[in-house]
Amino acid sequence: MLDSLRRRPRLAFALLAVLLAALPFIMGFGLGNSWVRVLDFVLLYVLLAIGLNIVVGYAGLLDLGYIAFYALGAYVYAWLASPHFGLHLPFWAVLPIGAAVAGLFGVLLGAPTLRLRGDYLAIVTLGFGEIIRIFMNNLNAPFNLTNGPQGMNLIDPVSVAGLSFGKSLHLFGMKLPPTYLYYYLFLAFTLLAILVAFRLQDSRIGRAWAAIREDEVAAAAMGINTRNMKLLAFAMGATFGGLAGGLFAAFQGFISPESFTLWESILVLCMIVLGGMGNIPGVILGAVLLTMIPEALRYIGDLQRATLGHIVVDPSDLRMLLFGVALVAMMLFRPAGLLPSRQRKREFAAEDGVAEQEQASLYDAKA
Amino acid sequence: MNFGKHAISALSLALALALSGCGKTEDAGNIIKIGSVAPLTGPQTHIGKDNENGARLAVDEINAKGLELGGKKVKLELFGEDDQAEPKTATIVAQKLVDAGVVAVIGHLNSGTTIPASKIYHDAGIPQISPSATAVAYTAQGYNTAFRVMANDAQQGKALGQFAVNKMGAKRIAIIDDRTAYGQGLAGEFEKAATAAGGEIVAHEFTNDRATDFNAILTSIKGKSPDLLFFGGMDPQGGPMARQLKRLGLNAKLLGGDGLQNANFMKLAGADAEGVVASSPGLPIDSMPGGPEFRKKFEAKYGVIQVYAPYAYDAVYALVEAMKRANSAEPAKVLAELPKTDLQGVSGPIRFDAKGDTEGGAVTLYEVKNGAWQVLETVK
Amino acid sequence: MDIFLQQLVNGLVLGSIYALVALGYTMVYGILELINFAHGEVTMIGAMVALSVIGVLMGAAPDLPGVMVVLAGILVAIPACMALAFGIEKIAYRPLRKAPRLAPLITAIGVSIILQNLAMLIWGRQYVSFPPLLPTIRFEFLGAHISLLQIAIVVLAVTIMAGLWLLVEKSRLGRAMRATAQSKEVAQLMGVNVDRVISATFIIGAAIAAIAGVMVSAYYGLAHYYMGFMLGLKAFSAAVLGGIGNIAGAMLGGLLLGVIEALGAGYIGDITGGFLGSHYQDVFAFFVLILVLVFRPSGLLGERVANRA
Repeated sequence: MLDSLRRRPRLAFALLAVLLAALPFIMGFGLGNSWVRVLDFVLLYVLLAIGLNIVVGYAGLLDLGYIAFYALGAYVYAWLASPHFGLHLPFWAVLPIGAAVAGLFGVLLGAPTLRLRGDYLAIVTLGFGEIIRIFMNNLNAPFNLTNGPQGMNLIDPVSVAGLSFGKSLHLFGMKLPPTYLYYYLFLAFTLLAILVAFRLQDSRIGRAWAAIREDEVAAAAMGINTRNMKLLAFAMGATFGGLAGGLFAAFQGFISPESFTLWESILVLCMIVLGGMGNIPGVILGAVLLTMIPEALRYIGDLQRATLGHIVVDPSDLRMLLFGVALVAMMLFRPAGLLPSRQRKREFAAEDGVAEQEQASLYDAKA
Repeated sequence: MNFGKHAISALSLALALALSGCGKTEDAGNIIKIGSVAPLTGPQTHIGKDNENGARLAVDEINAKGLELGGKKVKLELFGEDDQAEPKTATIVAQKLVDAGVVAVIGHLNSGTTIPASKIYHDAGIPQISPSATAVAYTAQGYNTAFRVMANDAQQGKALGQFAVNKMGAKRIAIIDDRTAYGQGLAGEFEKAATAAGGEIVAHEFTNDRATDFNAILTSIKGKSPDLLFFGGMDPQGGPMARQLKRLGLNAKLLGGDGLQNANFMKLAGADAEGVVASSPGLPIDSMPGGPEFRKKFEAKYGVIQVYAPYAYDAVYALVEAMKRANSAEPAKVLAELPKTDLQGVSGPIRFDAKGDTEGGAVTLYEVKNGAWQVLETVK
Repeated sequence: MDIFLQQLVNGLVLGSIYALVALGYTMVYGILELINFAHGEVTMIGAMVALSVIGVLMGAAPDLPGVMVVLAGILVAIPACMALAFGIEKIAYRPLRKAPRLAPLITAIGVSIILQNLAMLIWGRQYVSFPPLLPTIRFEFLGAHISLLQIAIVVLAVTIMAGLWLLVEKSRLGRAMRATAQSKEVAQLMGVNVDRVISATFIIGAAIAAIAGVMVSAYYGLAHYYMGFMLGLKAFSAAVLGGIGNIAGAMLGGLLLGVIEALGAGYIGDITGGFLGSHYQDVFAFFVLILVLVFRPSGLLGERVANRA
């Protein structure tokens, strides 16, 4: 059946569209509304993973502080649409502002790191991520900007043409809870992001990123402005992060610094490593798997409670342990991810000669 | 670019997702579902389980006695859920309970999870009674569905601030908070009350909930020569802080909230715990009206009480009393009755004010003497 | 003045610990150009193993003097950490020596997560307290309080550092390490067993980390499965500050970072009039790291290529 679909991409698209549109109903009636909420989070993480993939997968810049941009987007949304400053701007104005601010910070934080090589870059971005979280956690004094560790509450829900996503919508005798409405909103943004990411990959910019990733010195020699291209990658990635953050703030209605820890950055990184760096279907798969697995693991806990009366193996312990094992195992046995991009596969399977060359070029780059 | 190929992989993915959905169980006749949410995995497992056990004990008792609403015999069923002490998970779990058709929720444990979840319960119009969330913001949202049975940070901080100045005779006060919602909230309220009572705040320093080294901030505080140091935070920081305080020769009394008033603090502080004063909301369990009896019942079934079990137990009773007055388990009717609650619980009298906070919640102060927490006094 | 002196003491003790952990980062980076993210976790495992041994000994032989018990803990922790580091290098890093640079870095993060969670499963989530075995002798010097333990930590750290410097500069193994750091291929041609040298580097770093781990938990009176991560990041910052790949640099960077943190947390509130406060203590290390990397990537002592091991 898949084969016949492969030959008829239009049919495949139509089927996919129908399925995506019907998914919340299937999940909602089958498993309950809470799973629609899980779906919403899956979409948010897909959005985040696509953004980080631009930085890590396309341009090869290992960013361990990506969640800072998610936080910025969320806080900008909260500043402009909550009782905190008494501002209640509409979401179509706030979201772009949040995304733009995050993008700007992407450039600001990216600029000093341009000269750094892979692993230094990783640790500096990690530092930036922590610094931003620490500031968010402490800026309730001397001027109450973020309300500190108490977080910001009562953030306005998204509202389109007088229709608030915070309340259920009654349509054709059907009741659509907020989770369904947000599903379609998030889906729209995610599809847009996927489209942009695909287009970027095959554009001049995308090829420039790939060149920088493979060999920065050679890329510069070929006339690529590596500084601008790297900054662009940071900015694009951060913009997606900021967008996702704004959506998150509107969806949750409450944000606090504990939602933006280093582990969230690592989680998003795990998603793209697991799925396949640089390959969008792979990245989506990674995001879906890593968001759903903890929810599925929850049933292991419930099962243990039901059968044994207490928890023998804590599923949340298991989750982190599995993430760690997955990271190591993926790098050792399937470094290009579950759904690798063709180019990446080639790169990781490179003969010694190529790898050697790469090493040598890095030595040169350092000198 | 082969869009078709990607569409297919996405399609198979979505199909797999959709197929993972399966049938839902049907509801039985006269069962009234109540949710209970707390972290059942993660670092706070023992405290979370304690909450659930407290609620379960009350539910079992009520079922054993038999409950009749609207002329029908009904049975309570407790749905325990795990929010992992994580805001995002808390909203998913809250949604799950709403889907399952619970009429009320006892929970959550932490303020950081209680607040985002309260929005979902409010939207669904079902009452939520938290046994342990103490952040002021929880009941300040204007939701008619949010209640709690424990003194909030403002109430506890106020009691601590007044006690420090009036009873302990502190004049120069230094404050450290751990920058968590709990620690910062408590320290803020303490500062207000201590200043109002005539104490002078000579230093306010900060740490975090992963730190172990407090030498730098304690030394800085030592330079301001305070006679009392208040710490808003938990025992993993409070323990080593008590040690480093002594090592630096800083002669200030250490005062803390319920985050320090536990056995683990004693273990971590060792001999340097002696003389530390800390508070805990509510009455000491053995001087609660039904306390000793509750302790006996609870320990026979679940072992030692950790902290908040009596509050979860009382929360269930407050809820069921409201159902009885409404003669219905319908959330809207129960919500109308909850504010009229006037119950003698095992943690003390339970009445709600206009916001849903407990009215005049008691706070008890303890001091470490001879290696054990001894009751100093209870303030209202 | 007494306050300033006390802060200096605080900073030097903290800095000695950073310096010891920084050695492990600097040695591995010098040879492999790999940030061994898991090194902080090795430190934590050292503390945990030592505490377990101490717990058992205190039960089995309650009459043993406290110092002996702690020493026994260290003596078991060292080989345990060495074996662990040997295994980590062999399983997680060696197969990836020729892979793109991102790969071993991601594995390192993975190993770090695995070790943390394994430690949590074995030793629990609660903070483990360090029993009061060591003498609590204190001196007062110009108003500053200094304990015997603090002096011991600094002295021990300096001794270890000097020993390591001698090893790298004077011994055969040290020469092999320096050769490998310069060029693995050429070293191999000259008859150096590169794999063995790299293993040795990891093992030596782990042994020092084990000692540092026990020091930390004895000093603060506790241990926790999460203690290694932040310690590792700070120590790495210290290594970069001093000049990564440089042993004296690790020492200097560690001490400096410790003092910067202590003085920063102690005085920033007064200096900025309360605008910034000690809540930004953890920011200092990252800030120093970023400044050094941007303006002087070779660190304070520079990278003397001949001395990178």
